[in-house]
Amino acid sequence: MIKAIKPIAQSALLVVGITMVCFGAMRGEADAVLAKAIRLCLECIGIG
Amino acid sequence: MDKRKNPASHRLSRLRGWVQAAATLLTNVHLPNFVKGGIYQGAGKTVCVPGLNCYSCPAASGACPIGSFQAVVGSSKFNFSYYVTGTLILIGVLLGRFVCGFLCPFGWLQELLHKIPGKKLSTKQLKPLRYVKYAVLLLAVVLLPALVVSDTGMGDPFFCKYVCPQGVLEGAIPLAVVNTGIRSALGRLFTWKLIILVTVVVLSVLFYRPFCKWICPLGAWYALMNKVSLLGMQVDRRTCVSCGRCARACEMDVDVTRSPDHAECIRCGKCISVCPVDAVRFRYGFSLPSKQPSQPCEDK
Repeated sequence: MIKAIKPIAQSALLVVGITMVCFGAMRGEADAVLAKAIRLCLECIGIG
Repeated sequence: MDKRKNPASHRLSRLRGWVQAAATLLTNVHLPNFVKGGIYQGAGKTVCVPGLNCYSCPAASGACPIGSFQAVVGSSKFNFSYYVTGTLILIGVLLGRFVCGFLCPFGWLQELLHKIPGKKLSTKQLKPLRYVKYAVLLLAVVLLPALVVSDTGMGDPFFCKYVCPQGVLEGAIPLAVVNTGIRSALGRLFTWKLIILVTVVVLSVLFYRPFCKWICPLGAWYALMNKVSLLGMQVDRRTCVSCGRCARACEMDVDVTRSPDHAECIRCGKCISVCPVDAVRFRYGFSLPSKQPSQPCEDK
C-alpha cells in the first residue's frame, strides 16, 4: 500500500514545490531573498 | 571494462570527493572577492544553493536556503516563505540527503577534518542526539524568527545569528582579514560563534560529521524528504548475503539492508563500495511498486 502511494506523493510534492516557488516569486519573496543575500549579513558574521 | 553489476553507482561513490570539491567551488565561484573584501551582489543570489553555505561568504554564488527562509519570515512583509520552502521541497524530492553527501560545502569540510589522523569515536551510542536537529529546524529557523519580532515586525534570523558556524568560517574570518572596518566591529557575538565553530571543528576530527548528524536544520529537512526522494539506495535482496559489511562501513550508523531510505543516509555510497556481491546501488526515479520482497535480507 505504502509503495503504491509513494510515487503519487513524489509527483504531488514536485507539483507543490513548483507551485510554491512560482507563487512565492510572484508575491515578491525572490526579491526579498536577493535583497538579503547581496548585503553583508551582520548576524551571520557575528556583528548584528 | 568494469565487470561489476552496478558500474555507475560504483563510479559515482568513487568520485564523491571530486564532486564535493566541484560543488563547493560552484557554490563559491567568485573567488577574487576574497581579496577584494566584498561579497558578490549579482542576480544569481536570487537562487538558493542546495547546501549550507553562507551568503555573506565573499565568493558565494547563491543564497543560503536557511538564511533566506529566516530573512523572508523575519521581514515585516511576509510571515512564511513559499519561495524557499518550495525550493527545498523540490531539492528534497529530487535529491534528498544526497545534497549532504555530495553537494554541501560544510559537510565536505567536516569530512576532510575527520580524515586528520588520530583517535576516532563512534556515534552509535549517541543516536538520540540526531533528533536535536529537528528541534533546531523548528525553533531556530521556523518559529523564533516568525514569532519573536520587534516593534517594526522584524524578526531575528536566530539560527544564522546564534548557531550557524558557516557565517564565521566563510564570512567573518575572510572579510575581517582584509577589511579593518569589519575587524574592528567584531564583538561578543562573533566570539560566541567562533567558539561554536572551534567546537564543531574539534568534534569533526573525533566524530564523523557531528554538525550534519546533530545540529544542521538543512540536514533535518532533507532527512524528512529522504523517504520520498527520487534518488535513493536499492538493495537486491536476492543477491544480498547478509554479511553486514555495509552496516559496519556506514559512518552515519545506518543499515541500508534494513532501511534503504533511512533519514540519516546521506547517499555517500560507502555501502556500495564495500558490498562483496554488488547488492547495493543507487536508484533514481519514481518508486514504482516492485516484485522484490520488502523484508530485510535474510541470513544465508
